[in-house]
Amino acid sequence: MTTDSVKRAESTPDEPMPFAELGMKQDEYDRVKEILGRRPTGSELAIYSVMWSEHCSYKSSKVHLRQFATKAPHSDALLVGMGENAGVVDIGDGWAATFKIESHNHPSYVEPHQGAATGVGGIVRDIMSMGARPIAVMDALRFGGAHQDDTRRVLPGVVEGISHYGNCLGLPNIGGEVAFDECYIGNPLVNALCVGLLRKDQIKLATAPGPGNKVVLFGASTGPDGIGGASVLASATFEDESQAKRPAVQVGDPFMEKLLIECCLELYAADVVVGIQDLGAAGVSCATTELAAKGTGGMAVDLNLVPLRDPSLRPEEILMSESQERMMAVVRPSDIPAFMAICEKWDVPATVIGEVTDTGRLVMTWHGETIVDIPPGTAADEGPVYERPFHEPAGQAALNADTPDTLARPADLRATLLQLLGSPNLASKAWVTDQYDRYVRSNTVLAQPADAGMLRISEAIAGAEPTTRGIALSTDGNGRYAKLDPYAGAQLALAEAYRNVAVTGAKPLAVTNCLNFGSPEDPEVMWQFAEAVRGLADACRTLGVPVTGGNVSFYNQTGSTAIHPTPVVGVLGVIDDVAKRVPTGFVAEGLRVALLGDTAAEFGGSEWAHVAHGHLGGLPPEADLEAERALGAVLVEAAARGLLEGSHDLSDGGLAIALAESCLARGIGATVALSGEPFTDLFSESAGRALVVVRPEAFDEFAALCAEHEVPCYGLGVTGGESLVVQDVLEVPVSELRDTHSGALPAVFG
Amino acid sequence: MSAARVGVVTFPGTLDDQDAARAVRLVGAEAVPLWHGDHDLKGVDAVFLPGGFSYGDYLRCGAISRFAPLMEELIPAARAGLPVLGTCNGFQILCEAHLLPGALTRNASLHYVCRDQRVRIESTATAWTNAFAEGQEITLPVKHGEGRYVASAETLAALEAGGQVVVRYVGGNPNGAMNDIAGIRNEAGNVVGLMPHPEHAVEELVGAPSTDGLGFFTSILKKLVNA
Repeated sequence: MTTDSVKRAESTPDEPMPFAELGMKQDEYDRVKEILGRRPTGSELAIYSVMWSEHCSYKSSKVHLRQFATKAPHSDALLVGMGENAGVVDIGDGWAATFKIESHNHPSYVEPHQGAATGVGGIVRDIMSMGARPIAVMDALRFGGAHQDDTRRVLPGVVEGISHYGNCLGLPNIGGEVAFDECYIGNPLVNALCVGLLRKDQIKLATAPGPGNKVVLFGASTGPDGIGGASVLASATFEDESQAKRPAVQVGDPFMEKLLIECCLELYAADVVVGIQDLGAAGVSCATTELAAKGTGGMAVDLNLVPLRDPSLRPEEILMSESQERMMAVVRPSDIPAFMAICEKWDVPATVIGEVTDTGRLVMTWHGETIVDIPPGTAADEGPVYERPFHEPAGQAALNADTPDTLARPADLRATLLQLLGSPNLASKAWVTDQYDRYVRSNTVLAQPADAGMLRISEAIAGAEPTTRGIALSTDGNGRYAKLDPYAGAQLALAEAYRNVAVTGAKPLAVTNCLNFGSPEDPEVMWQFAEAVRGLADACRTLGVPVTGGNVSFYNQTGSTAIHPTPVVGVLGVIDDVAKRVPTGFVAEGLRVALLGDTAAEFGGSEWAHVAHGHLGGLPPEADLEAERALGAVLVEAAARGLLEGSHDLSDGGLAIALAESCLARGIGATVALSGEPFTDLFSESAGRALVVVRPEAFDEFAALCAEHEVPCYGLGVTGGESLVVQDVLEVPVSELRDTHSGALPAVFG
Repeated sequence: MSAARVGVVTFPGTLDDQDAARAVRLVGAEAVPLWHGDHDLKGVDAVFLPGGFSYGDYLRCGAISRFAPLMEELIPAARAGLPVLGTCNGFQILCEAHLLPGALTRNASLHYVCRDQRVRIESTATAWTNAFAEGQEITLPVKHGEGRYVASAETLAALEAGGQVVVRYVGGNPNGAMNDIAGIRNEAGNVVGLMPHPEHAVEELVGAPSTDGLGFFTSILKKLVNA
C-alpha cells in the first residue's frame, strides 16, 4: 500500500483530498494548503480536520467565550484559568482544586453505556493531567420524557455506564442532576464533572519543553475506536483497501484508568514528568500538536512505535483514534528508567515514540518516510474562528408573551404538592444515584440528595499535612428557563449552583460550565448561545466567581429541532472547617424553620406550569444577583458561627417541594404558616431563596445577621411531628410524601 | 507493647484500601500495606482484604486475585489461624480461594446498589465480631454489583447449623442473597467475609450515617491484644 508521504504530496499537488468528508470547508482546506505551501498528506489532513473541528477548536464559540476572560472578576484564587485541561483554584493551606465539566452527549445517544462511561473516563484524565488526584465525580443528565420509549433505552444505559466506570475507578459520585423533557428525546445530555486535588506547587501543564526530552505514550494500546472520519480518509485516499466499518463510539476500560491514575500519581511524586497531556478527542493528533505548540515548538515522532491493538491501522487512523485510557508525557532522558519502572509496577504499558526538538515543526514518520511536517501551533491554536450570524428566534416574542398568568390555578394545593413531588423531575433520584458508589475514599461529607456534594480534603493525598478545609460542588441548569430567556437562564443556572454551595456553608469560589446547544449554523440557536454566554459572564462578574474552564457542545438537535438551550453550570466552594458543614433538610425536632428571600408570583418555565399544564411561556424568574450574593454571605457566615442546623435551597417546585424534601431528609415533619397567597407562596420559583432550620435560642442572632446583610428572613414555623402541616392549607404525612417521592422513577424504570 | 499490625492488601484495581487502613489506625492499630505481587505478609497479626474491582473483575470477581503471589502466602496462613477479613471484593476473593464456602453472584436486581443497610450480627464467635452483642442490629453501607451470596443446600444448612452466618441483612435484602446472608465465617472463626463495608462507617463526619463499623476493628484489636 502506498504511503501518502510529504514527498508524494509534493509530487502530486493536484491529487483530490477528501476534506469535505472529514467535515472541512473549502476555505479551511485552502488555508491548510497555504500554511504548508503544498497539499497536505492524508495524515496531515487527518490532524487539521480534527484539530479544526468544532469540538476541538471552538471555532463558532470562541468569539463569545472570550467574555469569560474579559469580564472575569478579580480572583486571587485562580491559579490556572481557561485554556488548559482544567482550571485550578487555590483553596488554602497550600492546597489547590482542579475541576471541569464536559459533555459526552452524542456518543451517549448512540451507545448509552459506553458513551456515558467514556465521558467519565475522559474528564477524569483531564483532571489527572493537571497533576491532581481525582477525588470525586458528578453528572448532570438530561433525558427525553420519562414516559417516552427511547428514554427507557437511554437512561438505564447511561446510568449503568457512569456507575460501572466511576465505581470501578474508585471515585465517589457525590451529586449532579437528572431532568426530563421531551426536547431531549433524540439528544440526551451527559455532562460529566470531575474534581481533583493537588498541592498548589505541583501543578502540571500540557507542554513539551526541552529539546532531546522524550515523548512517552502510556496506558492502553491504540485501536480503531471512535475514528469517525479517518476511515473515510484512509479508504478515499487509498482505493486499494476497503476499510472495515469502524465503531464510532469508544469503549472504556475503567480498570486501566484506575491503574493510570495510581501510576500517574506515582510518576508525579517521583518528579519524572516535565509535561503531560491526556489523549481525548483527536487522540495522538491533539496531544502531539498541543504539547509541541506549548513547549519548545518542535517534536519528532515515529508513528510505527505507537502500540496498536489492531496492526492493520493506517497512520491516519492512528492519528485520529480516540482509544481511551491513554496519556502522553514528556520525560527527561535520564528519568526514562525510573518512569518505565513505575509504569511496570502498575502494569501500564509505556513506549517512547519520539522526542522534543527545536525545529518548530511537528514531524512524524511512518516506515522511514515523513508523513507529517507541520508547524504544530497552526493545528493547535490557529484554527478558524467564525463570527456566526445570530438573531432572536422568530417565535421568541410570542413565547415570552404567552405568560402563565392565564393558566388555571389549582383548587387543591395538597393534590398539587403530591402531583409535583411524584413528577419525574422532582421525584427522588435514588433509582439513579443508588447505582453510584458515594462512599469510596471515605472523604464524602455530603452527597446526593444533599444540595451540594462536599468532601474533606485533609486525607485525600497520603502524607500531606492535615487541614480542616473541605470543598463543595454543585451543578445546575434549567433548560426551560434558558429557552424563555437564555441570558437570564444562564444567570439562574449560576445562581442556583452558587446557592446550593452556599447552603452547605461553603463559600463559592469558581465556576465551570458545559454549554449544550443546537446547531451554531442556525442563527436562532447562535443567538441563544450568545445570550447565554453574555448572561453567564455578567453574572460571574457580579457574583465574583471566575469561569475556570468548561466545554461547549453544539449540534444537539434532530433535524431542525434543537434542544432547549441548556447551559449547565458547576460551582466549586470552600468551607474552612468541614465539621461545620450544614446538612440538607430538617435534622431534628423543635427547630425554627425560616424562609430567606422574597417571593413573587413567578411561574414562567416553572415545574408547576410544566407538570400541571404542559405549558412553557412567559419569562423565567428574575435573577437578582445582588440578592443572591447577600443570601450566600449570610449562609456562609451563619454556618461558620454554628447558627444553622440544616438548610435547603429553593428551586424547581418552590417552597412546597423544599419543605417536602426537607421533611424527607430524616423523616421529620414540620408545621408552618404562610403569610401571603398560598399558591404563590408554595409553588412560585422566585430565585434567591433558601430554607434554614435554627435552634430557637440561636434564632435572634441569626435574624440579626440576616438584617445586617439585608436578607429578608421570615419565620415559618417549627420542625417536628410525622406530617408536613401548612396551616389552613394542607397536611400530608411524611410517609405519604415518601411513597410519592420515591415511587415515581422505579415505576417507570423498574 | 507494640501496636497490633493489620495488613491491608492492594491488588491492581483495589479501591477501599486506604479506607480500610484509616479505620485500622482509628482504633489504634498499625496498618501495614501489603502488595499483591509480593510473597511477603510482613509479619502482620491480621489481614484485611478490601473491596474494589481487582483486575477489573473482567473474569469472575476475585478469580484472578486468588492466584496473586501474596495470596500464596495468605491462604496457608489463614488456614493456620491468621485472622483475615474480606469485605466486598475481598469476600469474593476469599470464596474464590476456598477459604470460605459458596460464591457471590450478580445482584438479583442486575444493578449495582449503594445504600445504608440494616444488618444483624448473628455470630460474635469470630476474630472480627467479638466486640458486638449477638443479635445486635447495626447500619453499614453496601455497595456492590455482585453480592448475592449463593451456596448449595448442604453448605447453607451447614453454615446455619454451625453458627457460621456472621451478619444477616434485615429490613430488606439488597441483592437477593440466600438466607439474607451478608457475611460468613470459616469453622475456626478467624476468616470472615462480608459484603457490607465496615470501613465506611467509622467516622461521624464522612461516609455512612453511622459509626457501627468500628466494632469490626475494635474486635480484631481485642483479639490480638488478648492473644
